[in-house]
Order: sequence, then structure tokens, then C-alpha cells
Amino acid sequence: MQKSLKVAVLRFPGTNCEFDTQYAFEKLGHETVLVWHENKSLPEDIDLVVVPGGFSYGDYLRSGAIARFSPVMEAVKAYAGQGGNVLGICNGFQILTEAGLLPGALKRNNNLHFISKHQTLKVVNNDNAFLNRCEKDEVLNIPIAHADGNYYIDDEGLAELEANGQVLLRYCDAEGNPVVVNGSVTSIAGVCNAKKNVFGLMPHPERALEAILGSEDGVKMLKGFEA
Amino acid sequence: MTAIVNVFLKEGVLDPQGKAAHHALDSLGFEGVKDVRIGKQIVIELDTDDRSKAEAEVKEMCETLLANTVIEDYTIEIH
Repeated sequence: MQKSLKVAVLRFPGTNCEFDTQYAFEKLGHETVLVWHENKSLPEDIDLVVVPGGFSYGDYLRSGAIARFSPVMEAVKAYAGQGGNVLGICNGFQILTEAGLLPGALKRNNNLHFISKHQTLKVVNNDNAFLNRCEKDEVLNIPIAHADGNYYIDDEGLAELEANGQVLLRYCDAEGNPVVVNGSVTSIAGVCNAKKNVFGLMPHPERALEAILGSEDGVKMLKGFEA
Repeated sequence: MTAIVNVFLKEGVLDPQGKAAHHALDSLGFEGVKDVRIGKQIVIELDTDDRSKAEAEVKEMCETLLANTVIEDYTIEIH
């Protein structure tokens, strides 16, 4: 039988997706524990840290800019440094880029709107702990909900991402052709670090678990960490 | 002393807010607007009279927190 995972879900002032994230992993049969941002350490024996979505510190200054200095982030850096898996969703992705755990930065959407809708995504690389249950080039349907999701990285950084297979997902149409959603460089929706143990994406897989609610494609994404 | 920090997106990084304001100015009939960029101004009151110390400290503040140097440049004025 599949070993159940112990998943630490971080919570900052202004986080609002922590319960959805707990629901998602518990629905998949895993144990979750909420970790308040003031904690200096992570629970023992965890298999995954999730930095969930929301508006930590009201997005003041820049999204994620203040949360990255929370005490718990030192523990997350140490955990990632030892090879532990870390997943940042939406605001979590912003926090991980601000913390320097992921390359690039997330700017205001090109059209300046908060974009909230279901969006098709293409799986660019699946040889990692996150997307291993998805097919390469598979088109997934996952909700997005963000104002600052416009991924930026310079040309040199982009070339490195491409060469190392660090681009995880791109916004696309139903046929898998890239589309401009928020202005992201080459329509990037998610990336990982060079060691492939820190993952970040703007879309919300934890909101795509039941077909009756529009999509269950989030299941195979989150189940990737079971492998 | 007072430090005035201006933070702007780097040259070459598209500034969607500046672009929208530029478009709005064009629509309102203001002619000859070549470019509009929108940034942030951060005013910091410092408890020191040592200008070079203040500059060094504010530079560190910018590098650490106030600017994201992946996408932003900053300038510092000390008064």
C-alpha cells in the first residue's frame, strides 16, 4: 500500500488557501499539519512542505516580499537545502522566488487585472517529483486566481531553465499551443529549481480535485509526491 | 536624516502600469508623451547624521527588502 505522506502546510498572516491545501492532501490519504509562520522549525518526519496561496502580509511592498523573512522560512531553506521537497502555489510561488529558492520573479499581470478562471496548461517537463504522473505535453485544466503572476526571468536565466528542464508548465489553449494569459515570459506558469526539489506554480491544483467542480486534474499533480 | 528611495522596474522589463497610464494620457488628448513609468517612493527617517553610514545602511535595506533586484532598480537620495 502507498505510504501516506506527512505534509507541512505553512500559514502566514493573510494566507487563505491553507485549508483547501489540507483538504486536498487529506483527500488523497495524507496527513497534514499547519505550521504558523513564527515557528522556527518544521515538524519532524515531514515528506513535503507546501507554501499555500493567499495574500501574505496583504501583498504589501511586493507579493511575498515580507513573508520570506518569517522565521519559518529559514527552516524551509534548510529543509530544501537538504533535498526536501517544497511546493509553492500562487502566493507560495511568489514567496519562494522572493526567498531566492526559485529563479525569476512575479510581476503584476500585463492587463493589470486579477485573473480568476479555469486555464489550460501544458506539461513541459515531467521528470521530477511533482509532475511525474502527468504526461509530457499533456494539457491540464487547473484554476488560476492571481494579480501578480506575470513570470519574469532574463534571457540568460530562461536559457538555463530550458537547458535544465526546469520549466514545469506553460499556459496554453486546448490544443497545447502557448497563449498569453498574464504576460509571463514564454507563457511560463510554473518552474522548479535546478536540483528539482523546489516547485512553484501560479495555478491552484488543490482547487481541481472533483470533476463536478470543473476538473480533477489537480489529483495527478499532487499525487506526484507519492512516488 | 531622511532617505528617499525610488524603486522602478528595470529598463527592458515591461511596466504594465506605466503602459496603461501612458495609454490613458493619450486617450485624454495629452500630446507628446513619449514614455510613462510607474514606481514606488519609500521615505525613511533615519536616526543618524552620518551621511555615508546612512547611505550604506539604506543600500543594504534596498538589496535585502525594498527592491527585488531581479526586476527592479533603485535610487537613493539622502537629505
